[in-house]
Amino acid sequence: MKKAMTGAAMVVQALKDQGVEVVFGYPGGAVLPIYDEIFQQNEIRHVLVRHEQAAVHAAEGYARSTGKVGVCLVTSGPGATNAVTGLTDALMDSIPIVVLTGQVPTFAIGTDAFQEADTVGITRPCTKHNWLVKDTDELSATLHQAFHVALSGRPGPVLVDIPKDVQFADGKYTPKQKVNTSHYQPRQNGDPDTIADLAEAMARAERPVFYTGGGVINSGPRASALLRELAELTGFPVTSTLMGLGAYPASGKQWLGMLGMHGLYEANLAMHGCDLMINIGARFDDRITGRIQSFSPNSVKAHIDIDPSSINKVVRVDMPIIGDVTHVLEQLIAVWKDRGLKPNHEGLAKWWKKIDEWRKVDCLKFDQKGSVIKPQYALKRLEELTKGHDRYITTEVGQHQMWAAQYLNFEDPNRWMTSGGLGTMGYGFPASVGVQMAHPDALVINVAGEASWLMNMQELGTAMQFRLPVKQFILNNERLGMVRQWQELLHGERYSHSWSESLPDFVKLAEAFGAKGIQCSDPADLDDAIMEMINHDGPVVFDCLVEKHENCFPMIPSGEPHNKMLLGQASTKDAIGKKGAVMV
Amino acid sequence: MSPLKIKKGTSRHSAYDLRDPHSDVIESHTLAVVVDNEAGVLARVIGLFSGRGYNIDSLTVAEIDHTGHRSRITIVTRGTPAVIEQIKAQLGRIVPVHEVHDLTVEGPSVERELALFKVAGTGDKRVEALRLADIFRANVVDSTLGSFVFEITGTPEKIDAFAELMRPLGLAEVARTGVAALGRGIVEG
Ligand SMILES: Cc1ncc(C[n+]2csc(CCOP(=O)(O)OP(=O)(O)O)c2C)c(N)n1
Ligand SMILES: [Mg+2]
Repeated sequence: MKKAMTGAAMVVQALKDQGVEVVFGYPGGAVLPIYDEIFQQNEIRHVLVRHEQAAVHAAEGYARSTGKVGVCLVTSGPGATNAVTGLTDALMDSIPIVVLTGQVPTFAIGTDAFQEADTVGITRPCTKHNWLVKDTDELSATLHQAFHVALSGRPGPVLVDIPKDVQFADGKYTPKQKVNTSHYQPRQNGDPDTIADLAEAMARAERPVFYTGGGVINSGPRASALLRELAELTGFPVTSTLMGLGAYPASGKQWLGMLGMHGLYEANLAMHGCDLMINIGARFDDRITGRIQSFSPNSVKAHIDIDPSSINKVVRVDMPIIGDVTHVLEQLIAVWKDRGLKPNHEGLAKWWKKIDEWRKVDCLKFDQKGSVIKPQYALKRLEELTKGHDRYITTEVGQHQMWAAQYLNFEDPNRWMTSGGLGTMGYGFPASVGVQMAHPDALVINVAGEASWLMNMQELGTAMQFRLPVKQFILNNERLGMVRQWQELLHGERYSHSWSESLPDFVKLAEAFGAKGIQCSDPADLDDAIMEMINHDGPVVFDCLVEKHENCFPMIPSGEPHNKMLLGQASTKDAIGKKGAVMV
Repeated sequence: MSPLKIKKGTSRHSAYDLRDPHSDVIESHTLAVVVDNEAGVLARVIGLFSGRGYNIDSLTVAEIDHTGHRSRITIVTRGTPAVIEQIKAQLGRIVPVHEVHDLTVEGPSVERELALFKVAGTGDKRVEALRLADIFRANVVDSTLGSFVFEITGTPEKIDAFAELMRPLGLAEVARTGVAALGRGIVEG
């Protein structure tokens, strides 16, 4: 006989069975029975965030830095609607999270009851899948399914909506092992014939490039190891999207740096001029391709992706390979070795010569002169002073995010957490909280802009309460810098509402929460100030006052191809045509 | 041919094997989607079409397996070959979707739609309506002294043609079910 259990007890039991250690949440009327169960146990830790959006971003940070599923628990109505931005963010970046929402009792659904919202309706387009559970007997099986769906195939957010009467009622608990998940089993291995075609093409290619993305990270650490092996075997150059940084080490000699709108000159020109593009777990996002019609016009393209709908969605490819990156790279390496394939050394030597010429442009160079800190300089120093540490970086969204991607080096996967697809200001601080929960002894730094940071600054309370020594490294330009940059380039320097007016005194703000605040404005003081931040055992808000009008380069203006990159301020005049101006 | 000896766009594994992938020609396709009959599944399918800007010309749905709780959704949609491929891939991503069939490319198929027509009129018009209904093998399912309700099944084109003929004869109301379709012949595998 199975033990009868309340729905609320089942929730906690199911989380334990799934190996969940941390839940990020916020209580309310519709989840009180579950909170009561959480109160009566010690295995699962609950982190009380200060806003439900932050709960989801924290769960994302937790998931991205561990490879495990991140879990949130929020109440009905406003709790659920506050979670929507986080869900959409996780959907766009393929992050596995499970969000549990309370719902009004089943008999009240549809009556506009207090704090009722059509949660499954609202979140249907921003989850991979969602469920409304109306029967306590089905609750545990649904929860186990939810974890399976979140993590299988292309990962993503799922939501389980649990009415309050379902939480109170008794029902049968179905253990994890007994749940049938056979229907949803995305394919893992790629088509062997296409993989063999790709291997042969790789042996002939004269100007190949690996274009890697978040799929390599999501596939697990083994995928990154295999990518490194394949790079070693072939000697091909490697570039990556914003999402894929760390899969191939920044110190690797074949590393070209990030590609895309603010990617490196050598990376983008290699993409433009290659004859064989090997896309591994990236999705030809518009930040990468620029103008589609002129995107890498002369290359044969292979695309490895676990999601069939990514294939041919925006760029038509010649060798589509549907499968998990780890499996496909194993297959590809096996074919390469079995057939005794060798790269085209002659062609490659010429290709690397060309790439080295592009590298000489030194597209990330900047001048740190005078008494004002350049944001690039701040990040260079941060990199230098933190690189030996067990370090995790999160970011907010804007110029600082792009500079962080350009100037910080990532040697390993799961060390870089940024909102790529949705570009969510307010992501970085709560994400850093989630990362620090997973890695209590690590150095976790959120590289922030002052405007983004204010969007979820209430999480200072969470960081203090749970003794999470997260470092908030704010590049304060007193501007919505990225918006200002676009206004300068596209809207005749009419800076409509892109000032950060009435900013708080960040040091006092930190102190008001009991945290440490540091302000730095002089380049000469920067190193000491950063060291003070690193050495402080507790949350730090670092207000780094930087040059206010610095623009982020290189930049491919919207609507332009890769070879029309702007390298610096001098090249910006009339760079963006009317057509480009309508693009985002 | 590219220098890599791969004829571009013609990989034998390409999703576009059969048709020109660059074609701008708008094609009409009939898709059969087998789904778990669970709450919200139709909203997921329809939401996909509206959210991603695809067309729905007609849509029918009903449970086809009461013990397995499976429903079959038949969708008639329009788009370029690339868009049609994308629609199928996106449908395949929905968790409760089990099968996606493109009846338009998977071989010969039969398509049928059922419609009800209310035609009001007296005298010659009434007689003519009845005569045409007979030619179209439409059944009279309701009659009053001043009106008929005809039931007709056939291809959407046949029903369109019948509607055209009824219009001058006093067509008052129409209800159409949308297309149901099946591939012809014996099921493989
Ligand atoms: C929630 C949200 N609202 C608006 C935007 C549009 N946006 C992109 S960058 C940016 C400015 C960010 O300013 P700040 O955080 O100070 O970063 P900076 O660019 O100055 O480094 C804005 C408003 C966004 N990405 N997210
Ligand atoms: Mg700013």
